[in-house]
Amino acid sequence: MLNKVVKNADEAIKDISDGATLMLGGFGLCGIPENCIQALVKKNIRELTCISNNAGVDDFGIGLLLQKHQVKKMIASYVGENAEFERQLLSGEMEVELIPQGTLATRCMATGYGMPAIYTPAGVGTEVAEGKEIREFNGKKYLLEHAFNSDFAIVKAWKGDSHGNLIYRATSRNFNPLMAMAGKITIAEVEELVPAGELDPDMIHTPGIYVNRIFKGENYEKRIEQITITKR
Amino acid sequence: MLDKFGIAKRIAKELKDGYYVNLGIGIPTLVANYMPPGIEVILQSENGLLGIGPFPFEENVDADLINAGKQTVTTTKGSSFFDSAMSFGMIRSGRVDLTVLGAMEVADNGDIANWKIPGKMVKGMGGEMDLVASAKNIIVAMQHVNKAGESKLLSKCTLPITGLGCVKKVVTELGVFDIKPEGFVCIEYAPGVSLDYIKEKTQGRLVIAPDVKEMVV
Repeated sequence: MLNKVVKNADEAIKDISDGATLMLGGFGLCGIPENCIQALVKKNIRELTCISNNAGVDDFGIGLLLQKHQVKKMIASYVGENAEFERQLLSGEMEVELIPQGTLATRCMATGYGMPAIYTPAGVGTEVAEGKEIREFNGKKYLLEHAFNSDFAIVKAWKGDSHGNLIYRATSRNFNPLMAMAGKITIAEVEELVPAGELDPDMIHTPGIYVNRIFKGENYEKRIEQITITKR
Repeated sequence: MLDKFGIAKRIAKELKDGYYVNLGIGIPTLVANYMPPGIEVILQSENGLLGIGPFPFEENVDADLINAGKQTVTTTKGSSFFDSAMSFGMIRSGRVDLTVLGAMEVADNGDIANWKIPGKMVKGMGGEMDLVASAKNIIVAMQHVNKAGESKLLSKCTLPITGLGCVKKVVTELGVFDIKPEGFVCIEYAPGVSLDYIKEKTQGRLVIAPDVKEMVV
């Protein structure tokens, strides 16, 4: 019987070892795999290469891994909300590759679609283009950008089933479905886990074929970076 | 001279019915507050939302529903969610009608620098490089001079480039400038601002349009 359910985050990450390359879903703190990040911190896995749009904030998200110096290299598009990140970058303690957000997303997509590379106009004429092949199509210049090679992808979904089918909610979808398709091993943590057959096949965002392990996460904090409200 | 709200108000006049618009962080976000009456504009948020609504009432705050500035928002009638690749797909393939961005520097050939101050500010480019490389119509909303009083409208950007030759229009507290082959073409000046003052504060090539007029905001 096909059953990808594991007990918890500790079991899901059991074979992630020092030096691994991880993709971590989320945009800012929205849709991040909180349980797995905490498990990686607890197990103190080191020398990680993390591919994620952002690097969390000082005391939450990937920021927790940074605090304990578990990240050797960070590949991200925007890291503005994290003072410790900026410190480790400027001091040279951590290697950082900043890449455009659309390039990051599309490189994840290429990985999951089995394509080795993509061409994008983002970064032409900038330092992002240094050392990269430039090719002209229809009079416009494009950069060759390669698919990622990632040992694990760790994503957060709203609902999932025992076959690994996933549904995301609102803007917490962001990078999660792209990264889910791009890990050699993909781990999904979900708020609600149901037996296969209970989710409407028309509503599935990530088909279970891409997911290797799934578990029901606990105690989601879902921290908000900027609470902005309309006063009545 | 305009304040930041005035800049946002002036840019809002560029919006047309049926436009899909991406508003950057800072002054650009304020543009949404001055939508001309009687038109429908759909705001795109590059983290995966078409149809950004106002900030939620306190009891409706939803951690799963934020804009690209990581602020809590709501959805509007007819909104949709999508992943980040599709989000930049709609940007790259030219579906977004207007993009409004902030900038540190703009050059008179349309180059823009807004993502990095070497050795100082390390934040990353986020979606800016994708936006400037693909958007059909880019308006920059920014202050005319930096904190040191130096012009941000230059003959050549001094900071690391975000994109080449992409900016079409700049709106500052002093005026409205189209970017044309001859340089920054001043088409409107802000109330109380003289053309001489604009010349003094603009380092790049500046041309005063023959039909230049006072801005109405």
